[in-house]
Amino acid sequence: MNTIRIAAPKQARKGEVIELKAMIAHDMESGFRRDQFGRKVPRDILKHFECVYNGETVFAAEFFPAVAANPLLVFYITATDSGTLEFRWVDQQGKAVSDSVELLVQ
Amino acid sequence: MNSLQANLAAMCLVAVCCLAGADDIRSFADKADLAPATLKSGLEFLTPETRAMQLDDFENPGFLWVEAGKALFEEEEASPSCQSCHAASGDRALRGVAARYPAVDSQAGELLNLEQRINRCRETHQAQPSLAYESAPLLSLTAYVASLSRGMPYQPSIDGPARSYFERGRAYFFARRGQLNLACTQCHDDNWGRMLRGDRISQGHGNAYPAYRLEWQTLGSLHRRFRDCDRGVRAQPNAAGAGIYVALELYLAWRAGNLALESPGIRR
Repeated sequence: MNTIRIAAPKQARKGEVIELKAMIAHDMESGFRRDQFGRKVPRDILKHFECVYNGETVFAAEFFPAVAANPLLVFYITATDSGTLEFRWVDQQGKAVSDSVELLVQ
Repeated sequence: MNSLQANLAAMCLVAVCCLAGADDIRSFADKADLAPATLKSGLEFLTPETRAMQLDDFENPGFLWVEAGKALFEEEEASPSCQSCHAASGDRALRGVAARYPAVDSQAGELLNLEQRINRCRETHQAQPSLAYESAPLLSLTAYVASLSRGMPYQPSIDGPARSYFERGRAYFFARRGQLNLACTQCHDDNWGRMLRGDRISQGHGNAYPAYRLEWQTLGSLHRRFRDCDRGVRAQPNAAGAGIYVALELYLAWRAGNLALESPGIRR
């Protein structure tokens, strides 16, 4: 299972810009390497990331083979309402893994 | 013998003398160990960016393994779980334990490092099969246990039953090997701080391991690093977990003096 680490504030003032950090354990195997017997190591990468805030996508990113293993994303959003922040990664097979945190806006 | 022959003979003699000179030293074992006053963690040889990555507990990817290891440690499916014996406080709490390894196991009568100690515990107390060296679960458990001693200095025992292992490990460090005919000491005692191609040579301490190496793009054990070093001087590397590597680990733990454990560290 891919370990996911999220850093997000538990609460924020309405309108405040908050920093979110998300890291996921993934090999991001580029598909360009060969193993010790000279066989090609098949590509196995994450393709897509999105952060969904109360049902609305507020940040998205595309990944490519040159992205390093265990990608870390740091981005900013404006806190508008209390609710859920969902962090979701989709790999090249279309399999999704996600984690979510609650945000309290006052 | 004419003068040409005499000259040739003299040149041959000089050549033989040269070969029998510096290159004839197979071991530097009578050299002094690295002086405690000069000790520097590998952290000090990193670029500021890599150093910042290690020092930020979120951006340090080694913590992915620490978290996975913590989950395994608390997993109830293992019977009993690691945590049921080694609660966070109490006699068997593991804070500071990693700083005392490698250590001689009194029952087995042999030197074990942290990885091997964890496997021994699985076999004898949990009735679980031992985990393969360098496998993700063993790296994770080791990283978690090592992280509990973060910031503490090494305190290995090198006396009594550990003495012979210590001497073996020290001898390995000072012996030439490989096609390049180099001993560990020639880089890590004599030339640390100088450039080796694009990198600055470190003092070769193991205090960040298991460490996340940017080159590996993953967390790896100290023995994996030893294997890379042995390959670097074109010597036949030993298997991860080999007795000689555990002995070398003991010498390095002692040699690191009062440097603090940094696992999970970041190395280039």
